[in-house]
Amino acid sequence: MTETKDKSADARRAFLRLLGGAVACAGAAAAGKVAVTQAEAATAPSTVTPPAIPGYDWTKHRWAFGVDATKCIGCLRCVEACKRENDVIGDAHHFRTWVERYVYLEGEETPRVDSHSDPVNIEASGSEHEYRFANRYKDAKVEKAFFVPKLCNHCTHPACVQVCPTGATYRTNDGVVVIDHTYCIGCQYCVQACPYGARFFNEEKQVTDKCTWCYHRITKGLQPACVEVCPVGARIFGDLYDKQSPVSLFIRNNRTRVLKPESGNAPNVYYVGLDKDVI
Amino acid sequence: MEPVPNIAPFIGYVYPNETVIPWTVLVVVYPYLTGLVAGAFTVSSLYQVFGMQRFKPVAHLALLTSLCCMLVVPVPLLIHLGHPERALNAMITPHTTSAFAIFGYAASFYVLLLLLENWFVFRPHIVREVQRTSGVLRLFYRGLTLGSDDLSEKAMSYDRKWIFALAVIGIPAAHGLHGYVGFVFGSLKSREWWSSDLMPAIFLFSAIISGTALLIVIYVIACRLRKVAVDLPCVEGMAYTLWGFMMFTLLLEGVEFASLVYRGREGTEMILQFVKGPLIVPFVILQFGIGSATPLVILTFMIWRGIGGKTLIAGVLVSACLVLLSVLMMRWNVVIGGQEIAKTGKGLLSYTPTFLGREGLLVATGILAAPFVLLSIMVRLFPPWPQATKAA
Repeated sequence: MTETKDKSADARRAFLRLLGGAVACAGAAAAGKVAVTQAEAATAPSTVTPPAIPGYDWTKHRWAFGVDATKCIGCLRCVEACKRENDVIGDAHHFRTWVERYVYLEGEETPRVDSHSDPVNIEASGSEHEYRFANRYKDAKVEKAFFVPKLCNHCTHPACVQVCPTGATYRTNDGVVVIDHTYCIGCQYCVQACPYGARFFNEEKQVTDKCTWCYHRITKGLQPACVEVCPVGARIFGDLYDKQSPVSLFIRNNRTRVLKPESGNAPNVYYVGLDKDVI
Repeated sequence: MEPVPNIAPFIGYVYPNETVIPWTVLVVVYPYLTGLVAGAFTVSSLYQVFGMQRFKPVAHLALLTSLCCMLVVPVPLLIHLGHPERALNAMITPHTTSAFAIFGYAASFYVLLLLLENWFVFRPHIVREVQRTSGVLRLFYRGLTLGSDDLSEKAMSYDRKWIFALAVIGIPAAHGLHGYVGFVFGSLKSREWWSSDLMPAIFLFSAIISGTALLIVIYVIACRLRKVAVDLPCVEGMAYTLWGFMMFTLLLEGVEFASLVYRGREGTEMILQFVKGPLIVPFVILQFGIGSATPLVILTFMIWRGIGGKTLIAGVLVSACLVLLSVLMMRWNVVIGGQEIAKTGKGLLSYTPTFLGREGLLVATGILAAPFVLLSIMVRLFPPWPQATKAA
């Protein structure tokens, strides 16, 4: 009887030993995997083996964007062009790029800020698919007013990439932060992490979405759609590796600044003509 | 396409994309459930590891509660994901810089640990049931023995060693899992309301009080249903635990809010406007007034006056229910509140959950109820009451 019990205890011990071994192996395998992934920095398959673009070498470019806020007239052609070019959901809640209006009224200490997605402006345009700035301050005394175009800053240290649990969003070698829509799980952690509000959830595809600087265009030698349609040259795009590119000249010939530098994200959209209240 | 859900009206200026709230009521449920897991496990460990005999009546119940909650924890996350079928991507190719990437590993490890500890604890019962039952039930228990039907003193002492070891490992595992949930929020620099070093600790301590409170409620109701007397020293012990950890929780929450206001960084004015305005009911009244101050006063008074008997049980039960409400509101105020303060620092949004729909209140309530439905089945299959499991 005692012998049977011992046998049984032995069997259980053996089972537990086996289980412990299995757990240890799984742990070791996981640790090994972690070591590998850290070396690769990002882990979506598209990062390790990027999709080939014929005639394009992403090691030969470093893209950057410039915004001259003193030139922007708030016509919003950029916003509409972006929506069409990139098939962005046509409502007032999803934008890869947008324009803000800062208005300082006489006697007020802080500016009044709105964008074309403000309900008052949407009412003025009559549709969520068309955008304009309503003339809402026509009866007030305006001291100063300007527009600020906004878009993804394609940061050098992007918080959105840092928090992505799968590595579906990553920074390409040529300095563009993109999302692999076939790999994104749609947790929206990146939407939370972006300090600029540049990311949104694409309800059609059930993944997150944002500006790509029109990666499909720039890799073919074209300009991003918003830059292409801007009638006043407020948006500037180019290659930092080319010292004579529009953006290199823009950065060299102006005193530029970036948005929220304290975030540590090291953004790559360079601004001219911002006021202290621009957020 | 269906109309976009979770569009939030706003005042002031918010970035256009912020008008859709990314994390809904389901993401409120997720840390709440995780907290209950950690809290219930803590009470169980007080007995299993620290040998506090007064917690014996609830020690096994705590383990089962912990397991039932933990099994439901991934559900709200999976429903929330745009592509739940890709959820395993985070485990197959974890992005190691992401605070979220380790969730799959941490949760799987903890589920395994809970399953093992529950198995050891309920093994004597399982073995006895094999001899007592017949048919499908017998097959079920037989399978669960995993071929081990030895109940000799030697085997039991071997089991006890394992239970002790698992309970010891379980403390950092359970607390780590929940502290890490706090880190998911606290590490985000984009939101002033979340960005705090104290967030993991606050989440952890509020988890402990919520789990303890839950056990009090389940235990007292179960005694009522089973028509047995409530073990007074046990309830008293849980009341002390609740009181003590509530002190830590309130202190940490107070310090965090004070330093947020005192630092007065950009956007603090908006936060204060938020707290004085839309947050008055959920934050000031429900979370602190009714949920924290009231139970603290009740518990303090009862401990001070040495009240016992049915009054003690009623008082502790009411306090526990209020604490459960308080912690739920805390999760709501952190998760939803953080998203209602715009990243611009110049605007406020207001989120109203839908009732129906994938991320509606109905689904959230269902998920919150699921662990208890599961538990009501589990306690029938594996009675956690001391009389039924004398051998353990």
